[in-house]
Amino acid sequence: MRNPYRAQRIAFFFLFLATLLIVVPVGLIVVIIVQKGLPAISWQFLSDIPRHGMRVGGIFPAIVGTIYLVTGAIIFALPIGLLAAIYLSEYSKDNFLTRIIRLAIVNLAGVPSVVYGLFGLALFVVFLKFGASILSGSLTLGIMILPIIITTSREALESVPQSFREVSLSLGASKWQTIRHIVLPNAIPGILTGTILGIGRAAGETAPILFTVAAFYLPQLPDSIFDQAMALPYHLYVISTQVPNVDEKIRYGTALVLLALVLFMNLVAIIIRYKFRKRKKW
Amino acid sequence: MAKITTKNLNLWYGAFHAVKNINSAFEANRITAIIGPSGCGKSTLLRVFNRMNDLIEGVRTDGGALIDDNDILNSNTDLVVLRKKIGMVFQRPNPFPLSIYENIVFGERIHADGITRDGLDEIVQESLKSVLLWDELKDRLNEPALRLSLEQRQRLCIARCIAVKPDVLLMDEPCSALDPQATARIEELMRELKNNYTIIIVTHNMQQAARVSDDTGFMLLGELIEFGRTEQIFTAPHDRRTEDYITGRYG
Repeated sequence: MRNPYRAQRIAFFFLFLATLLIVVPVGLIVVIIVQKGLPAISWQFLSDIPRHGMRVGGIFPAIVGTIYLVTGAIIFALPIGLLAAIYLSEYSKDNFLTRIIRLAIVNLAGVPSVVYGLFGLALFVVFLKFGASILSGSLTLGIMILPIIITTSREALESVPQSFREVSLSLGASKWQTIRHIVLPNAIPGILTGTILGIGRAAGETAPILFTVAAFYLPQLPDSIFDQAMALPYHLYVISTQVPNVDEKIRYGTALVLLALVLFMNLVAIIIRYKFRKRKKW
Repeated sequence: MAKITTKNLNLWYGAFHAVKNINSAFEANRITAIIGPSGCGKSTLLRVFNRMNDLIEGVRTDGGALIDDNDILNSNTDLVVLRKKIGMVFQRPNPFPLSIYENIVFGERIHADGITRDGLDEIVQESLKSVLLWDELKDRLNEPALRLSLEQRQRLCIARCIAVKPDVLLMDEPCSALDPQATARIEELMRELKNNYTIIIVTHNMQQAARVSDDTGFMLLGELIEFGRTEQIFTAPHDRRTEDYITGRYG
């Protein structure tokens, strides 16, 4: 006899199992990296330059380099991405041109990161003569995260209820005033989410910075945006594959710092988002 | 003299002829109800008067819609000035997710540069008093507007309109989200407000039109079938279709 309750229990079990399977790798990654990397973490490791062919010493220049690169990428990508998202969501009509633009954004998100790296090399490093520099690397990373920022910002803008726009216009506000005072403030949590995702992606990627900025070994901090810089993901790649006999704990320690940096930035933005959510509800 | 008149007013959504050749006159300090079954074009007609139909792509109008003898369908009409003068209350109470205070001063902040805090306070007090919310809310002005009841929210929306100092209030089924008691109180408020404003209310609730309005227009399939004193429309309609609708034969 068929027993619908048993079938349901079995279905629930597999649904639960699938959900659990998503959590397991995340948990394992964190556990392994913390376990192997934590012994390396010390004030000296975080604040010192790498020494003895990067086999001892710290990773300070790589941390600073990554922060510079991410900041540069956001400074470049957030304004452009947000303005584009506002245009697409509030002003553009559904015509051939905007459909091409939308398609381009979707495709931009699918371009492999190494291709961005080559593109950055060709355009910023060689053609615009920025050289391998923080500027080139930031711009390359910025282009890479543009689609994320545009897509999530557009979704955030479009999720602001149409009725808010109507009321604002009916009170005599202009379209721009409506966007500025009503639509944007209510879309901030979603825009922040896009920025978070962009930051995480920019901080973690190796390929786009490989040809555009990353220094193999640079014992001092960069002086200007036209200098090369070390960066955490590339440094991790270097000490894991290019330099023999690097202590395992230094490698995992570097990975832990990178992971913590990304998670910390995410956490900050999530808190901001949460505060906005609590304040604004409709 | 009529505050708002329409002359052979037509409106199309693309190929769909939504409002057909309407001639009407809405008088100042009276409440005019527009009734009719769903999709008859009554909301569309209402949205002609503050040009909200402009938001929809492919809308075309011809004929005239005159407010104080100015044809507002003119392409050089200043929509900001027009919409300040013509307030609109929507079907669902829709305060912004801001404080009660900020909701009311929204229009003023946009229109008047550098208005003083005292000036704003005064507007808030006046507006809330005119919708009879001041005593209830005077100590809660900084609370989120979304914490209010539905009825309070709709009153707040009316106050938000009034704060911009319009002459005309367009109400698009303002009570359809409210219970009967709240509806009765909003209707009471409307009677009070008509001393200072020209009110046009769109409703599919015939009893409401009968209770609250001075004049009534009946629309069907985009046409204005009959327009006159409410009493006459409801007791001795001239047109057979009006009578059928009012007696509940369709709609």
